[in-house]
Amino acid sequence: MEEKWEDLIIETISRILIPFIQTYALYVLAHGHSSPGGGFQGGCIYAASLILLFLLYGPRGLEGNFPIKFLFILSALGVGVSYAGIGALCMLFGKNFLDYAALNNLLPHGPVEARYYGIAMVETGVQFTVMCTMALIFLKLLQEERTSV
Amino acid sequence: MKKKWGILGALFTFLALGQAVKDFPALGDPQQPASIHVVPRYVEKTIEETYVPNAITSIIADYRGYDTNYETTVIFTAGLSVMMILGGALKWRKNGKT
Amino acid sequence: MYELLKHYNYWLYALILAVGLYGMMSKSNLMKKLIAMSIFQWAIIYYFISIGAKKGGNIPIFPEHGIEKLTIRAHDYVNPLPHVLMLTAIVVGVATTGIALALLIKIWHNWNTLEEDEILERMRNE
Repeated sequence: MEEKWEDLIIETISRILIPFIQTYALYVLAHGHSSPGGGFQGGCIYAASLILLFLLYGPRGLEGNFPIKFLFILSALGVGVSYAGIGALCMLFGKNFLDYAALNNLLPHGPVEARYYGIAMVETGVQFTVMCTMALIFLKLLQEERTSV
Repeated sequence: MKKKWGILGALFTFLALGQAVKDFPALGDPQQPASIHVVPRYVEKTIEETYVPNAITSIIADYRGYDTNYETTVIFTAGLSVMMILGGALKWRKNGKT
Repeated sequence: MYELLKHYNYWLYALILAVGLYGMMSKSNLMKKLIAMSIFQWAIIYYFISIGAKKGGNIPIFPEHGIEKLTIRAHDYVNPLPHVLMLTAIVVGVATTGIALALLIKIWHNWNTLEEDEILERMRNE
């Protein structure tokens, strides 16, 4: 027998607000080049929307799209593949680690534009890791221990 | 008993820091040592070396990108250690009761 | 005396640090110690950010259109380097607080209290 977690006021406001919060987080990430923003800020805002989803529907609200295992794996991919992977990719072309000018062999622009796109890719990785870690700490603190084996 | 030693220790730290305040540069000084060494090169060359108008993003992701890599590793390690400390959980708690 | 009063902002950060240190040393509830540690850390962050302030300085974000007619002198822009370093420090502080809260949950499950002297007494009588 499960108790209901829903509450009418929170449900009405949050169902309107959650998609806008997530879109705003992606805008803050993408406009990090010409306005205050970037990976850390966008990740925290996205994590706020996940926490609001948990407050609204309980654990059932997140089990479909963002189970805890998926959040954990995504945070590892964010730092390993999206940040260190780009750095190692730059090393394959003979330059130093995280020297984004080496990416002009893959992208059809000059070395200066390749640095622009390298910064964007790296900020996305940071956004994944920060979002998943903030939501993971919150969700894990609300779980309960196994009392018997 | 604990309050007395607490106030004494905090007061001693406050006065010791006050001794060091004399040597700091004034607020808003354009010639202080933190602003003349390597920052003018970052601010002036951020448009022509990377086409990014935001000096802070280009410093954090390009000029100092190695530090940001390890900082992301620190955040991931914090999430990993919370999973390990509270591991093996199965049920969801509601209102602090089981 | 005027020399000491000119650096009024550093006295304020030293005061916040002393308040955090007092809370960590003399409160006996573990949750209050954790919050005092967070106050202590914010004093350090304020100090670093105030290093980069400049009189009459603009933010170091250049406009996207019309940038070719702009001559950039680092003299009129706020120092961006402390902001970059403290961005890291803030997120690391949040992560550290999360781990400390997880440890507090384990302490609660084991001894059923969060007061420091009660924990020590129950540890001695085990």
